Amino acid sequence: MDFLRPATWAEALAAKAADPTAVPIQGGTDVMVEINFDVRRPPALLDLTAIGELGDWELTADGLLRVGAGVPYARIITELGDRLPGLAQASRTVGSPQIRNRGTVGGNLGAASPAGDAHPPLLACDAVIEAESAARGTRMIPATGFYLGVKRNALEPDELIRAVHLRPATGPQYFSKVGTRNAMVIAVCSFALALHPGERRLGAAVGSAAPTPLRARAAEEFAAREFDWSGATALDPALLARFGELAAEAASPIDDVRGTAAYRRHAIAVLARRTLTWAWNDYRGKAAA
Amino acid sequence: MTAFEVNGRKVDLEVDPRESLLAVLQDRLHLYGTKKGCDHGQCGACTVHLDGRRVVSCLTLASQVEGREVRTIEGVAGEDGTLHPLQRAFIDNDAMQCGYCTPGQIMSGLACIAEGHTGDDDEIREYMSGNLCRCGAYVGIVAAIRQVAGPAEA
Ligand SMILES: Cc1cc2nc3c(=O)[nH]c(=O)nc-3n(C[C@H](O)[C@H](O)[C@H](O)COP(=O)(O)OP(=O)(O)OC[C@H]3O[C@@H](n4cnc5c(N)ncnc54)[C@H](O)[C@@H]3O)c2cc1C
Repeated sequence: MDFLRPATWAEALAAKAADPTAVPIQGGTDVMVEINFDVRRPPALLDLTAIGELGDWELTADGLLRVGAGVPYARIITELGDRLPGLAQASRTVGSPQIRNRGTVGGNLGAASPAGDAHPPLLACDAVIEAESAARGTRMIPATGFYLGVKRNALEPDELIRAVHLRPATGPQYFSKVGTRNAMVIAVCSFALALHPGERRLGAAVGSAAPTPLRARAAEEFAAREFDWSGATALDPALLARFGELAAEAASPIDDVRGTAAYRRHAIAVLARRTLTWAWNDYRGKAAA
Repeated sequence: MTAFEVNGRKVDLEVDPRESLLAVLQDRLHLYGTKKGCDHGQCGACTVHLDGRRVVSCLTLASQVEGREVRTIEGVAGEDGTLHPLQRAFIDNDAMQCGYCTPGQIMSGLACIAEGHTGDDDEIREYMSGNLCRCGAYVGIVAAIRQVAGPAEA
């Protein structure tokens, strides 16, 4: 097996173009498990951790946060928790402190597990993934078009993920996840919510309850329409209940070792109601102040 | 060749591209304090510090630590063998039974304290959740970390 350790992004793209079967590795928290257990014997590993810029984030001229594919969860929590609260909350539920020091959003996207915790907040916040190849240059892929199937994403064999672009939060954002304990669990199901008050709209996304993470569009549209955006009133229980139902309907869960489909549907409705209540209370508090 | 530092000592080794840092520490550098538990990143027995941050060495590729600093349990006590206060505290608080997870617990505990995640005992528990102890010495482990971190915040 070859081990490639490009020092620059251009070299990394060239290496991936020369050998599209080379497996990128960042934190290694997915790749190494497969190697240790001989699930996978990649012909070559392409280590991206020597490329300094992948571990940086910046505010772009158009006001978006451009977060390098190699920024570990621990730094998203401490450095971006105020501007990307949904993604930071999801990051806090990943694995353990040790895993969060190594694991990255780029790796979560590369693995594209339906249970990956970064995905629901990326969807709810309209994130765009910056992919690049040596042959065709940069391609901006909206998160909604990135997840194609179980552990399948929209990357071409010669492409690498360079960064994720997200607008800093303009309203409350929440992430909630069900698992058998607080630490170190793969989500049984998860839910992310982001209010975008400027546009009187919200983003809602479901994780681990379908072949891919997905937006709960009907729930989003219903809530955007029915909300009292003036923030004058408390949430109507009927609205809340309907929002939960629509969120659950967006999912197409399966029975597996972590839970049954029926349980997942039920839990998604609970998570949807819970996160919406939290978000609405924050929003009203701000609107009143 | 992969050159890095272990406990302040420079090493330069030919490593297999598949080899984990854990394997290199044990098999090549004969530092057996870092333990292999699950090889999945779930148990924390192999926790070491990489450039000052705790990581599981089983999921860290040895070739990836080129130019970086690794600290293992062997680098915790003083040169003369004087125990680090956290090592002392583990003994004082019976924070172990079989001892297999202890090196990982101590490396993780040192990081937990350095990160400032010791505000109250629940915070210690949360931030030590990447280290399992099958003997169930958790009460002593939290007490040992508390002893070194100082009193809980009111
Ligand atoms: C004990 C344990 C607990 C875990 N808990 C959770 C959890 O709670 N929630 C969760 O979501 N995940 C969890 N994971 C899985 C894993 O930590 C995450 O998926 C993490 O985000 C992977 O990031 P990484 O940088 O370590 O990825 P790597 O292992 O380095 O790579 C993962 C995949 O992405 C590809 N890749 C990496 N970088 C790029 C790039 N720049 N461009 C294109 N492809 C790329 C790789 O080829 C590989 O297919 C856990 C893992 C372990 C071992």
